[in-house]
Amino acid sequence: MSDDQGVAATADVGEDPTPMIHGCPVSHSLGQEVIHASVDQYLDVVKALDDEGYTMCVDLCGVDYLDFMGRSLPVGVAAERFEVVVNLLDLSNRRRTRLRVQVPEAAPIVASLFDLYPGTEAMERECFDMFGIEFVDHPDLTRILMPEDWDGHPLRKDYEVGRIPVQFKGANA
Amino acid sequence: MSITDDAETATNSDELTPTTLTGAEVAAAGIDLAVETPDPGTNYHLFVAGTDEGAQTLKPRSQTTARELMREVGSVLRMSEAEAANLGELPEDPEEDQTMIINMGPQHPSTHGVLRLMLELQGETVLRCKPIIGYLHTGMEKTGEQLTYMQGGTNVTRMDYLSPLNNELVFSMATEKLLGIDGDIPERAVWIRMLLSELNRMSSHLLFMATNGMDLGAVSMMIYGWREREEVLRFFQEVTGLRMNHNYIRPGGLAADLPAGWRDGVLRILDLLPPRLDEYDTLMTGQPIWRERLQGVGVITPSEALALGATGPILRSTGVEWDLRRDQPYMHYDELDFDVVVGSYGDAFDRYAIRLAEIRESMELVRQIVERIPEGDYRIQNKKVTPPPRARIDESMEALIHHFKIFTEGFKVPEGEVYVALESPRGELGCYIASDGGPNPYRIHMRDSSFVNIQCLPHMMRGGLVADAVAIISSVDPVLGGVDR
Repeated sequence: MSDDQGVAATADVGEDPTPMIHGCPVSHSLGQEVIHASVDQYLDVVKALDDEGYTMCVDLCGVDYLDFMGRSLPVGVAAERFEVVVNLLDLSNRRRTRLRVQVPEAAPIVASLFDLYPGTEAMERECFDMFGIEFVDHPDLTRILMPEDWDGHPLRKDYEVGRIPVQFKGANA
Repeated sequence: MSITDDAETATNSDELTPTTLTGAEVAAAGIDLAVETPDPGTNYHLFVAGTDEGAQTLKPRSQTTARELMREVGSVLRMSEAEAANLGELPEDPEEDQTMIINMGPQHPSTHGVLRLMLELQGETVLRCKPIIGYLHTGMEKTGEQLTYMQGGTNVTRMDYLSPLNNELVFSMATEKLLGIDGDIPERAVWIRMLLSELNRMSSHLLFMATNGMDLGAVSMMIYGWREREEVLRFFQEVTGLRMNHNYIRPGGLAADLPAGWRDGVLRILDLLPPRLDEYDTLMTGQPIWRERLQGVGVITPSEALALGATGPILRSTGVEWDLRRDQPYMHYDELDFDVVVGSYGDAFDRYAIRLAEIRESMELVRQIVERIPEGDYRIQNKKVTPPPRARIDESMEALIHHFKIFTEGFKVPEGEVYVALESPRGELGCYIASDGGPNPYRIHMRDSSFVNIQCLPHMMRGGLVADAVAIISSVDPVLGGVDR
């Protein structure tokens, strides 16, 4: 169903309807399991995965798909501008899974995973800093890499590279 | 004084310069304004205000929300009853006038670069701690989007600058997976990658020995550690041409084959190190002062380490056996014989001992790898990613064009996204690449272990002495180039 003919080799997506995990469509990207949760499902799905043994959240990052809205997604998943990508790790079963959450540009707000995985604190701040995605209930949602009063979110695709010459004390603009 | 002036200028300029906001920001303004600074008109003509960390700093208790305070004092992670009881043994969290917030760094020598810590002290006891980072941020993930996959190695190698070869390796592995050629890399290239990756682990841990010694006052150890690391770097220089930032491991294989006489270089390191490591044992491991400074300092429990996403020696020091080389083997690590070294107390001494033992394990691995490196090609003979050999360029116009194309336009990588992780000296090093089918990564994200690991600092320091703070930072072994990217 969810044919992404660009994604090379042997993607063995059969004729079955899209497989689901916890009510979310699942696809496989080069042999890696990807769960496509919606913003509403996100926290519940991660909770369920946590209960299943995914005890560590190794990575959380954002992607701005402004220039690539035509990417292939499973049936039933509508492409939005932003994605939050979460990589979970299950140490006892030695497996990984990945969540891709479509976050609309009009309201880039998702739930924070802080209560489940306190280690996402810095990662969510980085994502907020770089993409302007807001994480509800994050204890300290401030910028982390950029100065606090920086304008804009640098990793957005429409952030003009080189717009700001040098941001140092005493530098000539 | 000047701050007030700036604030006034800011409010004035707010009305004067509405054009400085781009479309993107206006679009995002609905969200931004709530969380941005009080003066949204601030812009780059106000540089003094523009370099402030503002809300990122550690604030007095009265200005901190309950939720953030919970996180900063670590109670978020200590919710089980047994652990709550432990929390009770710490000094009662006092009134604000009994504590003092001090700044450590960003230029303190034992912060390993430009890490800034704000500590709340009561007497000599650390109550809260907040790492403030970003002083070395150079937007390397953004830069990575402008570079082709061929050039990407030069970028990622500079992130965690103490394990450059691991960075290149993970980037190359992710790219190869996207290209679908990850199974076709010649055996020789794979084994050389493993050799360099282990030598890199050794050089990184040797530098840890040096900095850890320096931080705790063992100055001779600092010199010894740098000296031994230099031996490894000398070998890297022979092989790759550079001591650091090699760009040697590239998508498709390696930049060049190993030079003649490489085996002697490796064996020389293997002969030279064991007696020196024994010297370290004499100098530090068994020494009472060293043990006093490290044992029981900066303790972290397995559940805390897991919750915080800590990996590498920090996680292993708590007794959790987790090493990607063994547990999710990549390349040919499953064919080699090695031990995963774990600690049991989760303290700074365990982390020191694990790294020292890992140097020895890596030497063991290198010994096995040297014997098994096969003959063959050092890069894949896939015309799509590999430029034609130099000799062909002189005799064939097509080869010249082909070479030119690969180095200017790069090669196109099929649409898709992939996350690849490996065990770097500091823990899990991950690379997430989303490709839109073009010659540059659409998005490249490096999951750097130091970035995640420094979140452990507040929890390790809570209730400890300020003198131990230095030992704890050192035991986490953060590399700020990787933290800030």
